[in-house]
Amino acid sequence: MAKFSIKHQPGFTAIATTCFVVLYMPIVVLVVYAFNAATSTSEWGGFSLKWFQSAWQNTQVIDATLLSFQIGSVAAVLATIAATMAALATTRTAPYRGLTFKYAAINQPLMVPEIVTGVALLIFFSRVKIFTGYSGLGYLIAAHTAFCIPFAYLPIRARLENMDLTLERAAADLYATPWQTFRRVTLPLLWPGILAGLMLAFVISLDDVVITEFVKSGGQDTLPTYMLGQIRRGITPEINAISTAFLLLSVAIVTLFFFVSRKQD
Amino acid sequence: MVTIKTGTHLPTRAGSLNGVIVPEQPGKNAIEVRGVRKVFGTGENQVAALDTVSVSIRENEFFTLLGPSGCGKTTLLRLIAGFDFPTAGEILLHGQDIAPLPPFKRPVNTVFQSYALFPHMTVAQNIGFGLEMLGKPKAEIEARVAQMLKLVKMEALKARRTSQISGGQQQRVALARALAPQPKVLLLDEPLSALDYKLRKEMQIELKRLQHETGITFIFVTHDQEEALTMSDRIAVMSAGKILQVGTPRDIYDKPAERFVADFIGETNFLTAAVADMGNGKARATLKSGAVIEATVADGFQPKDSATVVVRPEHAKLVKGKGDLSGSVTNVVYFGTDTHIHVQLDSGEAFTVRQQNTRTAGCGFEVGDAVGISIGNDAAQVLRD
Repeated sequence: MAKFSIKHQPGFTAIATTCFVVLYMPIVVLVVYAFNAATSTSEWGGFSLKWFQSAWQNTQVIDATLLSFQIGSVAAVLATIAATMAALATTRTAPYRGLTFKYAAINQPLMVPEIVTGVALLIFFSRVKIFTGYSGLGYLIAAHTAFCIPFAYLPIRARLENMDLTLERAAADLYATPWQTFRRVTLPLLWPGILAGLMLAFVISLDDVVITEFVKSGGQDTLPTYMLGQIRRGITPEINAISTAFLLLSVAIVTLFFFVSRKQD
Repeated sequence: MVTIKTGTHLPTRAGSLNGVIVPEQPGKNAIEVRGVRKVFGTGENQVAALDTVSVSIRENEFFTLLGPSGCGKTTLLRLIAGFDFPTAGEILLHGQDIAPLPPFKRPVNTVFQSYALFPHMTVAQNIGFGLEMLGKPKAEIEARVAQMLKLVKMEALKARRTSQISGGQQQRVALARALAPQPKVLLLDEPLSALDYKLRKEMQIELKRLQHETGITFIFVTHDQEEALTMSDRIAVMSAGKILQVGTPRDIYDKPAERFVADFIGETNFLTAAVADMGNGKARATLKSGAVIEATVADGFQPKDSATVVVRPEHAKLVKGKGDLSGSVTNVVYFGTDTHIHVQLDSGEAFTVRQQNTRTAGCGFEVGDAVGISIGNDAAQVLRD
């Protein structure tokens, strides 16, 4: 008797194909029209790289990209540090009452709707602005750091849970103080998890629209909010070109993340 | 052949190194465990993993904690290493209480069951780790690591990652790493259990050699009674959080104090007897068959109507005529070196006799034979429980 396989069920191929088409067709169309010589996003006018060139020379695009990178890198580093500490605190302890609640607290941004967080931050930060008069990048960095923490936390915690606790015990047995144990044994073994968390946090920050849209002050457009603003005024293939470049960058980082987190010992 | 004599060409450690307390004047006992209790859990879920244990371990001794899993032997080892702290009691290292100290302040090193080698370091880096943490100068670390590599015959693989060497080699590295800082006491937590039979036999000899050459006190934890008998200077047999008996392998085997000890180590026949004329550690035991035999008596034996006497199968003799006991043969099992003859005694008890084999003749007994069993003058031990 043939082994049961879901692949051989009637309709499997049709459903799978539909899913792939729905997932990837729009992206393929978007990427193709980034190379359109015409100004339309629906009529093909021949192959051209002019929209990439135009995006590259658009100072607003450059500024928004730089700001995205700036916020993303600072927020990712801060979130990763916080996530590493949280992961150490939640794994290097015997389970106790309230630990589940702490997991929930750390992962809050995954559960609370972004729009709610956005509105809450808008109201909260506007008060702070009136109080302090400060209107710099700090608000965006703080908000991004907060919602990046759970994404950085996940791979770090996974790595810690797979780590043999006896190794830390062995280091302590060999006269290493708790700090030396962390520095010489835990950290080097945790490093792939930390790098993976850092990259994941960076990508998440880079991609955020909702919270950024609510928190940003005037002139603080990140790449996604800039694109959103442009689309409101009508779409040119320049947006396709920017999106394509953005897509490539994300894929590159996620691929790197995949390889780093797969590197075991 | 490498020879390391402690105290000759190796620097002696005294005073405090990196906060590690090293006593100036060693006493006779390396470790003294005094009234140690360890309770896990709270409220109704409380379990005493160690129930008021006291034991003294001498200097340069190969001391074994033997018992089934869950008997508390590993808990005791963890308390000595400092990975856990006793609920009550003291642990003295050369007269100084180390029980409250963290592991990195105790001159005691451990060989872990899983070896716990650092996977991101080479063999040499693993061995040098302890010395590095003690803040030793680089030249001294290098010399000592070279010496240890030679001691465990791993010179050729010093630059390898620990994931690139075999289980037996990892075992050697773990030993070298734990011995390199010259601990006062080396703790070994079932270190041979992951090795196959042949390698385990090799490592048993290797461990004895290392202990002899370094002169360090070894505390060895195992559930393997044969391993305990062949390697130890003294054995502590543990069960349910208590130490039942401490003694040389001979003492433990020939003069078990309690039923558990007699049963756990080797094979034994249990007989019921009345004990009389006690004195000088000996007594006369009247067996159910009416025969009177001479027996040694376990420490702490309280006179009572009916006591248990144990006789090892190889200390009894099967005879055709009348012996101290009589019965009929129920089974004959050939083992190569010897033959086990199972006898149903007339008193209803079961008894096994082990008889050495020869090439020329069979054992001389068949199932159904009516036989006698004679027990020598120095074959029986009266248990205290």
